[in-house]
Amino acid sequence: MKQKWTIIIAGAITGLMAILLVKYGNPANMGYCIACFLRDISGGLGLQKVATVQYIRPEIIGMVLGAFGAAVATREFKSLGGSSALTRFLLGFIAMIGMLVFLGCPLRAILRLAGGDLNALWGIAGLIAGVGLGLPFLRKGFSLGRAMPQNKSNGYVFIGMVITVFILLLAKPAYIIFSTEGPASMRAPLALALMAGVIVGVLAQRSRLCLAGGIRDFILFRDSYLLYGFAAILIVALIGNLTMGTFKLGFEGQPIAHSDGPWNFLGMALAGLCAVLLGGCPLRQLISASEGNTDSAVTVLGLIAGAAFAHNFGLAASAKGVPAAGQTAVLIGFAAVFVIAFFVCKANLSVRGVKADAGSQGRERASLS
Amino acid sequence: MQEVKDARGLLCPEPLLIVKKEMDRLGTGTIKVLVDSAAARDNISRLAKNQKWNIDITQDGEEFLLQLTK
Repeated sequence: MKQKWTIIIAGAITGLMAILLVKYGNPANMGYCIACFLRDISGGLGLQKVATVQYIRPEIIGMVLGAFGAAVATREFKSLGGSSALTRFLLGFIAMIGMLVFLGCPLRAILRLAGGDLNALWGIAGLIAGVGLGLPFLRKGFSLGRAMPQNKSNGYVFIGMVITVFILLLAKPAYIIFSTEGPASMRAPLALALMAGVIVGVLAQRSRLCLAGGIRDFILFRDSYLLYGFAAILIVALIGNLTMGTFKLGFEGQPIAHSDGPWNFLGMALAGLCAVLLGGCPLRQLISASEGNTDSAVTVLGLIAGAAFAHNFGLAASAKGVPAAGQTAVLIGFAAVFVIAFFVCKANLSVRGVKADAGSQGRERASLS
Repeated sequence: MQEVKDARGLLCPEPLLIVKKEMDRLGTGTIKVLVDSAAARDNISRLAKNQKWNIDITQDGEEFLLQLTK
């Protein structure tokens, strides 16, 4: 019961902060969006050159530092890695293309719905379908393997990278680009955005908030713990939007969204499929990377690379809809994930057949007691 | 000697799937599982409560031995 309250409070505060961020400058229905913000960072660092989506979002920096602080304080910070890092990079890359076709991560899908954007329903349905599609692979032995303890310095590399980016944000050297028009030009004051990030970072670390995980646990075990968090975000953000007068019900003319239902569905389904194979949605990856998991850090880099690629090659959707190249990319993404999942399952099963139990290889002492 | 399931280094849901599989296989009895993250510990505890298994947690350094009984 106590646990349930932790996640409900975490969700409620996240919803509240999201409304505050939009009130003080963030784009509508984008208090937080891990996908959009990582994309903005890719632009801010000059990895993609689309003039409307370039900014180093302090929310992301805050989340990482908040989660890092919480993990250190609770002795949960641990350098881990070595479980299929490159495959995770690729899954992160593909997930990002799906999310940029939908225009949001699972967290923003909830925030869009709370703003009355009914297109988000297509996205959420897609997310559920994607997670459902990935579960049979997990049941059939899909596993990216075990993360092993690593030299302690490894876990701090990601934190160091984020602090470096933070310094770039504060110093604003000429080669760092901040949009003067479009979504990335709309931003809450740095201090507020940073603080909101820290708060959600701490809460997400403590409560393990993850929407893909919530859907997954519900389908697998009828466990609704993680879903309570998202219900709380939805309710608080909905009340917030209604009181602020920013609630607008409908499909057409929604902020930073398009109304192409099937592609909203497919984009998010691809993201959900990748998320379930990766063990969590982009938010969870970000938090896990901050807890010292270098595989998750590589996944975050994959997300950023995917965002840069999506914008450099015109794959990302806009208010006008999904470009043909983006549609093709989503279909290729599905094909690639199926091929990866198939071969990972096959390899795991054959190893198991030969060596009786691949899982305990190299970790024999587990069976001693 | 009771076999200990090793779920160290695995990201969720894999530790959960390992435990759930054992629960379904055994019905009642004892399951021992070793994890090395607080997230896995909490998730398995929640699963145990959900499925009405008792859980006993012992911490050994950075690892947790979870003993589930029903």
